[in-house]
Amino acid sequence: MALDEYKPQSGDAELENKELKYVGTTPDRPDGLDKVTGKARFGADLSLPGMLFGAIVRSPHAHARIVKIDASKAEALDGVKAVVTRADFATGLEGEYGFVLENVMAGEKALYDGHAVAAVAATSALIARDAAKLVEVEYEVLPHVTDVDKAMAEGAPVINAAYADASVPEGMHPNVVRHHESGHGDVEAGFAEADLIVEDTYVTEAAHQGYIEPNACVAQMGSDGKGELWVCTQGHWYVQKHCAALLGMETAQLRVTASEIGGGFGGKTTVFQEPVALALSRKASRPVKLALQRSEVLRATGPTASASMDIKIGMKKDGTITAAEGTFRLQGGAFPGAPMEFSAMCAFACYDLANVRQVGWDVVSNRPKQAAYRAPGAPMAAFAVESVIDTACNKLGLDPLEVRLKNAAHDGTKASWGPRYDQIGMVATLEAAKAHPHYSAPLEPGQGRGVASGFWFNHGGETSVSLSLSEDGTCQVSVGTPDIGGSRASMALMAAEVLGIPYENIRVTIADTATLGYNDVSHGSRVTYASGLATIKAARAAVEKLCQRAAAKWGIEEDAVKWEDGCAVPSGANAGDFDPLPLAEITATMGSTGGPISGHFEATPEGAGVSFGTHIVDAEVDQETGATKIVRYTVVQDAGKAIHPAYVEGQYQGGAAQGIGWALNEEYVYGEDGRLQNTVFLDYRIPVASDLPMIDAVIVEVPNPGHPYGVRGVGETGIVPPLAAIANAVSNAAGVRLKSLPMNPPKILEALEDQAGDA
Amino acid sequence: MKYLTPASFAEAASLARDASGVTRFLAGGTDVLVQMRADIVTPDTLIDIKHIDGVRDIIRGADGGWTIGVATPGAEMKEHAELGAEWPGVVEGMDLIGSTQVQGRATLTGNLCNASPAADSVPAMVAAGVEVTVSGPDGSRRVKAEDIPVAPGRTSLSKGELISAVHIPPRGDNGGDAYLRFIPRTEMDIAVVGCGVNLRLDGDVITEARVSLGAVAPTVLLVQACADTIIGSTLDEAALDRLAEAASAACNPITDKRGTVKFRTHVAGVLAQRTAKIAYGRAKGETK
Amino acid sequence: MSKVHVTTSINGDSTEYLCDPRETLLDVLRDQLNLTGAKEGCGTGDCGACSVTMDDRLVCSCLVLGVEAEGKEIKTVEGIAEGETLHPLQRKFIEHAALQCGVCTPGILIAAKSLLEKNPDPTETEVRYWLAGNLCRCTGYDKIIRAVMDAAAEMREAA
Repeated sequence: MALDEYKPQSGDAELENKELKYVGTTPDRPDGLDKVTGKARFGADLSLPGMLFGAIVRSPHAHARIVKIDASKAEALDGVKAVVTRADFATGLEGEYGFVLENVMAGEKALYDGHAVAAVAATSALIARDAAKLVEVEYEVLPHVTDVDKAMAEGAPVINAAYADASVPEGMHPNVVRHHESGHGDVEAGFAEADLIVEDTYVTEAAHQGYIEPNACVAQMGSDGKGELWVCTQGHWYVQKHCAALLGMETAQLRVTASEIGGGFGGKTTVFQEPVALALSRKASRPVKLALQRSEVLRATGPTASASMDIKIGMKKDGTITAAEGTFRLQGGAFPGAPMEFSAMCAFACYDLANVRQVGWDVVSNRPKQAAYRAPGAPMAAFAVESVIDTACNKLGLDPLEVRLKNAAHDGTKASWGPRYDQIGMVATLEAAKAHPHYSAPLEPGQGRGVASGFWFNHGGETSVSLSLSEDGTCQVSVGTPDIGGSRASMALMAAEVLGIPYENIRVTIADTATLGYNDVSHGSRVTYASGLATIKAARAAVEKLCQRAAAKWGIEEDAVKWEDGCAVPSGANAGDFDPLPLAEITATMGSTGGPISGHFEATPEGAGVSFGTHIVDAEVDQETGATKIVRYTVVQDAGKAIHPAYVEGQYQGGAAQGIGWALNEEYVYGEDGRLQNTVFLDYRIPVASDLPMIDAVIVEVPNPGHPYGVRGVGETGIVPPLAAIANAVSNAAGVRLKSLPMNPPKILEALEDQAGDA
Repeated sequence: MKYLTPASFAEAASLARDASGVTRFLAGGTDVLVQMRADIVTPDTLIDIKHIDGVRDIIRGADGGWTIGVATPGAEMKEHAELGAEWPGVVEGMDLIGSTQVQGRATLTGNLCNASPAADSVPAMVAAGVEVTVSGPDGSRRVKAEDIPVAPGRTSLSKGELISAVHIPPRGDNGGDAYLRFIPRTEMDIAVVGCGVNLRLDGDVITEARVSLGAVAPTVLLVQACADTIIGSTLDEAALDRLAEAASAACNPITDKRGTVKFRTHVAGVLAQRTAKIAYGRAKGETK
Repeated sequence: MSKVHVTTSINGDSTEYLCDPRETLLDVLRDQLNLTGAKEGCGTGDCGACSVTMDDRLVCSCLVLGVEAEGKEIKTVEGIAEGETLHPLQRKFIEHAALQCGVCTPGILIAAKSLLEKNPDPTETEVRYWLAGNLCRCTGYDKIIRAVMDAAAEMREAA
């Protein structure tokens, strides 16, 4: 979800009170067969006649002026068909387009280790890689900085003196580029009322989204200015718009097709190699496949921001929070855009607070441009805040769930970030967590239990859906939000619910940019909410036409026909007596009764419902080595309504697993030279199967009034509580508070030693 | 890159001797292919030794020891019940390298010749007293496993030489071995510290011991000082304390992305104790 | 650079190709033979998405050279189903919602099939360790493990 896109909920009340037949069931996903047989085509799985292979030349320096690029040796290699540099892209781009271009292909300076500086296309992948090594780049190496606190400090190398916007107060280092402040009440007065004040600093490292499919695309550009792009992306209209701008072409001349996508988690909501592939194709007049290697993915795409945060919380002896204050410094790489305002806004969003204040700073450094990662900004803030709350609970001898219940936000609460909450599920998730057998299960020696809550806004965004009926009574639905976790199944369920025809009779397709109206990216947990809402409304539009045809056939008024269980039926005492008319009977003759029947819907729905989750974790810490094992994990989260509960559980479990990785082992390790040290999965340590227990997923359903079936969206909230919940469990197991992520064994051992030294 | 498939070690040795540029031998390929992929090394000549007769055999010798073919993947060692019963530590050390998939390819010999200080099978081999046959253009010689790596990524083999067999000594009576490593996850990591222990008992008393440490120095260490702390003991608490101290004292590690000097030094002591306990239990026949 | 002629068997079909000795089996499968079921997630043997079996031994095809397939029997995800009949693992993965994005699925299916052929009755821990080299970023592994255990149970009953 882009930073400027969040709007507080203001949608119409949509919730309908109706018994659901299809929604809430768990049929097989429509793309299941293709995906278990290897037929599903992902980003790198397409080949075109005459296709070339691309490779990108990347800076080995964290910060360097590009003095000269000499591609003559590469161009001379047999099989090389094109070499591109920044000169092959549009000029004069400003704002976000300018930043994206600068990130996609460096101009005057390389701004981080791995920054693209040139690219080649050749007749085979091996030749392309050989050619990339022959491109000679002369650099003037500049001083660099990769740490957020150091990047803000006096004397830090300046990334770009023109970045800072008007929000930044005077006197800050030029690497501080944006500032945010929000809250309400009087925090000083609130702290004065407290019996206990806990104040501490917490830090987190950058984590990569870690999608298993590296970014990949196949581009084809013709001399007529038309282009085609096949790409694994979370949002192909975004790709279309940005690629067109970066290449200086008209948006409508570029058709973008979303392939199956092998994970994104926010990391595929922007462009990296896509414009480069198009530029190579334009220059070579041949299709070009450009698939990144894993090391390129880690060095030059994604990760999330790293953070340094100060939290202060005042609490009364009974657990009431009297005031809360947080400062969030986020480093988002070499460009503005670290999601510090989301950190700030989400930090205290779970609670009903009279006095709250939050401050955010966006800081640039010599690292890759951060990309969204599942609830961007929220997990690190929750780590800091929920750790401090846990510390306060421990000091006051209070139960952590009771304290959260005591302070929980509820319907009508004025949120820490501004609006008043509508119907929300914070209390319901806490109650469900408290009632879960996990919370009262005994712990083994050496184990600790942690709980934490988390919040995410969820999002609407531009949405278009088109639905058409076939003569045989089946239905096709075109949506524009790439399916990253089973959303085609959810769309089919919602369409089935409205139309009253079997799930199996509905085929959902992700349409390309040429065949459907604009769609925002699959992000912000918006797909089931927004594309779902649009699917329902498109289906309703089709139903209206079906009823009209029945009315015409029966010779009665249109409003005397209603739709029930897949059939038009007369409605009301005066409608007459007619047998129910099934959908397939109406569509069979639709050509001669008024023409094809379809429905569509285009809007920017604004009724996304916020969601809350509470996680319970048991961790075991080996006091001799600092190794942590997660022994039990329970996710409780408000879905609003689970359309396909199995895939909702999957989102919860996946979010928790990513959180476990971020909490314990994942991090960006930079050497003194500013180069990334861990560029392969061997050393960028995401959780493996043997690291994890089963993850219990509890679905709470407090309906979102802004969706007909109550959907809130479930993709992101699940990664908000884990960092904190695990930190609380590990801290309780180890007997010492961990304040820095990842909590890897050396860090835990260090903390244990420091504590022993203090005692 | 030239790809060659000799039918004998003699042919392999002469091909390697006569090759110009960078030459690599290919057994399981789990290091060579990764290095090629990462542009660390692209050999000019790659000599695949898997077409040589017997390179995948596991053979019991007349003395009761074992000869392991140089292209025998870890998975085949793990599936060999007798070998695993006698030398569980060696088999475990090998088995800990990489994934199930990597085990389908990776070999003891490759792990040894890659000369990583963190190689999992090497401390286990060193503790077990493994020797290898080195074949070269001028004949062959026996070399102790610990004498193959000389520095990170470098071996004592000269141009044209390659390992043609791995020899594990006879287990003998009242012996047991074990290998443990420390990694942050449960699988798929490079050892932050590794420790191999091989013991022989007379009753409850340790009469022979070999203790090795990995990832705490430029090469895998065979630490006599560690062995000395437990020989003559029943692995009582006092002996274990001395063992941990000696293990930590033997460390000369670096700080890198996988661990710090301080962490490695401390964990070496912890692992030495834990590994020794397992080896001791096995020597007594109490555990598998 | 001269290419090497290789004769091999892929999913039971006799297959010939020419490859550069530097090309991996994964490159050959995907770029030459259009068998794109095996995926490249890392190229360094760390993720398992390119898993295949070679002479019934589970390997990463990114860690095998194309030339090494000479005379071998290679099996890929495209060969798991028998005609239109899905393997029990394939059915159970769909039933249990054991895939989200599905890019790791081909490798996991190959690896799990290899496990069940050796050990028809694995414990949860055995499944987890066997599959430790198959990274999945979407599911947290929970439903994958359940699907494998359930497929194993069904296959035992059928046996």
